[in-house]
Parts: sequence; structure tokens; C-alpha cells
Amino acid sequence: MIITNLEYLPGMTITAHLGLVQGSSVRSKHAGRDFMAGIKSIFGGELLGYTELLHESREEAVERLTLQAQSIGADAVLNVRFSTSGIAAGAAEIFVYGSAVSVSADGV
Amino acid sequence: MFDFGLFAALLVLGYSCGRIAERRHYQSIRKRESELADLPAIATKFPPRAGLYQQQLVCGSVVIGSDYFKSFMAGLVNLFGGRVRAFESLLDRGRRESLLRLKEQAGTVGASMVINVKYETSSIAAGVTTIEVLAYGTALTPLGDSTVQQVLPD
Repeated sequence: MIITNLEYLPGMTITAHLGLVQGSSVRSKHAGRDFMAGIKSIFGGELLGYTELLHESREEAVERLTLQAQSIGADAVLNVRFSTSGIAAGAAEIFVYGSAVSVSADGV
Repeated sequence: MFDFGLFAALLVLGYSCGRIAERRHYQSIRKRESELADLPAIATKFPPRAGLYQQQLVCGSVVIGSDYFKSFMAGLVNLFGGRVRAFESLLDRGRRESLLRLKEQAGTVGASMVINVKYETSSIAAGVTTIEVLAYGTALTPLGDSTVQQVLPD
């Protein structure tokens, strides 16, 4: 499965469009993390807990996108885009979407 | 009186810690930027030279919080309007850091460039100004023509 944010695949031809596929994940950290983030807001700097949290949820969202693409028999997902929205204090939704396609290699 | 003392202490603490953190961060950003200068990350959709590439989606992200002093200054500027310099540097650090992390990930997969780079910024609600910057793009590793079979999808 190729996941890419290009609109084409180098060296390959798109043989069929299978529609939009998506994956999303809503996560939050435990209150302890939020408390530490509150303390950190006095000093400034990177909030590692939240970086980690968003990284994990992004991976999960991409995984769900991949699963959906596999279930409809796609070879690749093109033009993948990410979007993030903070839906509540300390919780964020990560949404990832793209076009599922079937491809064949050129000249094979 | 105690309240004012606490407020002043937080301002001083925020100012000094925030400044030190920012200076260190900029030092580290500049150092890594020069180290990764030979791995270009560009915004075009097509590679500068046509050819066969192995591709992979790479991303880098960072969550940065403002300090007490910056938040206070921003609140002050907000009254009169104008440039909020305190937050400009915060966003600049976030953007550059996330691009560096993207390049680091591209480097570990052996890519020679990253194309179609896009940025995404969101403020995650944690009471104070906390921004998340995500940079993502397609890492390209050049392939010889003989390896065309390997790029076929499963």
C-alpha cells in the first residue's frame, strides 16, 4: 500500500479511482499530563506529552485510512491530507483523507 | 499584595526561562538546519528531475507552548492591536522544528529530497496558547530503472 500526498505516482498509471478514504482518531492525555502542561505554560517550551499524543493519533488515523483503502481493494492512496482540530481542552481530533486508486506500473 | 508578588514572580520566571529556552531552541534549530541543508524539502508537486523514485509519506510535528510573559505581552498588545512579536517567534520555531523533524525522518529512510511539503497549524486548547505544527511531504529516494519491479504495490 502506497500512501502519498502526491497527486500521481511516478512510473505508474492510475487504472481506477475508488473514491475517498478517510481515517480519524480522537485522543486525550490523562489529567496529570494536562496539569504538567499547565505548569509548563509558565516557562514555555515544547510540550512533549502533547507532541507524543498527536503523533500517536496521527499514526492511528493513517492506519485506519490504510485499512479502509485495503478493504476496497486499492493499491495506493493519493493526495493525502491531514487536518487537526482541538475539540475540547486536552483532546484533539486528527483526520486524514485521500483518494484511493488502483495502479499499474508503466511498461509492465 | 501576595497576589501581585505572585504575578510579578511568574512574569520574571516566564521571561527568564522562556528566553533561555528560546535561545537554546534557536541554536539547536540553526545547527540542525545547516546539517540537513543538503536534503532539500520543496513545495512543488513534481521532482526537479524526472525519474523513478521510491516514495514515502513523511511527517514531522511539534507542540510548543507560550510562556507566562509572552502570554501576558500578547494580551497587552491585544488591547491596542498590532504585531504580536511574542507569538511570531513561537510560530517560527514551531514551523522550523517540524520541518527539521520531517527531514530527519526522510534522512532515516535514505531519501534525497522531500517534495510537496505542506504545513498544518492548529492551536490545541489547553487553556493557554499552545500550537501544534505539522509538516508533511513525500520523501523520494532515486531508483535505477532495473528496480522498476520493486515499486509495484502489493
